[in-house]
Amino acid sequence: MLTKKQLFTRGMLDISPHMLSVIPFGIICGAIGVELGFHPYLVYAMSFIIFGGASQIVFLQLLSGGASSLVAVASVGIINSRHLLYGAVLSEYLEKLSFIKKLLISYVVVDQGFAESNKFFKKNRSEEFLHYHLIGTGCTMWVCWQIATLSGIVLGSFVPEELGLKFAIPLTFIAIVVQDLKKLDHVIVMITCGLSSLLFFDAPFKSYIIISPIIALFVAALLLRLKK
Amino acid sequence: MTLTAIIFAGILTYFTRMTMIALISRDMLGEKIKAVLEYVPSAVFPAIIFPGIFINDFGTFIEMNDPKIFGALVAVIVGYFSKNIIATISAGLISYWFLIFVVFS
Repeated sequence: MLTKKQLFTRGMLDISPHMLSVIPFGIICGAIGVELGFHPYLVYAMSFIIFGGASQIVFLQLLSGGASSLVAVASVGIINSRHLLYGAVLSEYLEKLSFIKKLLISYVVVDQGFAESNKFFKKNRSEEFLHYHLIGTGCTMWVCWQIATLSGIVLGSFVPEELGLKFAIPLTFIAIVVQDLKKLDHVIVMITCGLSSLLFFDAPFKSYIIISPIIALFVAALLLRLKK
Repeated sequence: MTLTAIIFAGILTYFTRMTMIALISRDMLGEKIKAVLEYVPSAVFPAIIFPGIFINDFGTFIEMNDPKIFGALVAVIVGYFSKNIIATISAGLISYWFLIFVVFS
């Protein structure tokens, strides 16, 4: 049985490799916000209040492009609706927590943290304080995100644009799913999602980001039926 | 004005994170749903990966000889065999940089 501290540290260690892509991306996010002409305090407030990488950039780009606040807010909601799926997966492991703890832990659920903690949870179901792993991944992500966006805001885009570091984001997610390429059913689900996301890329409010997972999960349900 | 919008966007985002964790109990999800939820990572992350590779900053498709495709393939191969996140990201970036700075420059 691992202690709370051990689990927290393990979570920190499990997510830290992803900082290789998260930190440059955070710097870019902060710098873009200021470049688009928003007040630095507002750009930073987003990292604290929304705390959601890509959705922050989209929000500012929409507003600066003349879209209404309603459209910008709706887009953030739709882009981040994928967290509903993460929550549904995690709820199984967090059900013993008190309501207040659930409310608090929810704030730090992010893509990479979900991915790494979910992998850990699947292998260590019997641990009593599992949620400390999620707190570890989430808090590491939170601290790095705040520092990265803040440095982007203060220092500007000191990461040279020619490096194309935004490309590190798809790479970080490749690292997350690549081992599942061993399983044919997962490969089919991934390709379905990927192709759908390209097909629906121009759908309003960036909704491809939730439409394609829904289609892919539908295909997963069909595959499960076929397997039986 | 913008701050109000940010706060609303933040509340909305928080609800997407909190709803399923705090308001849904395990019994409300049947065995079938749970089996499908096993596929969530494979069903969600390609929606971030594919557009990140195949669609450029202007929202249009890249050319088939774009260095990002090569970088992503290298990342997949290195990731598959190394099982290492840092190796995967670095291999993808370095092969991408090699193409844009050395080969295509």
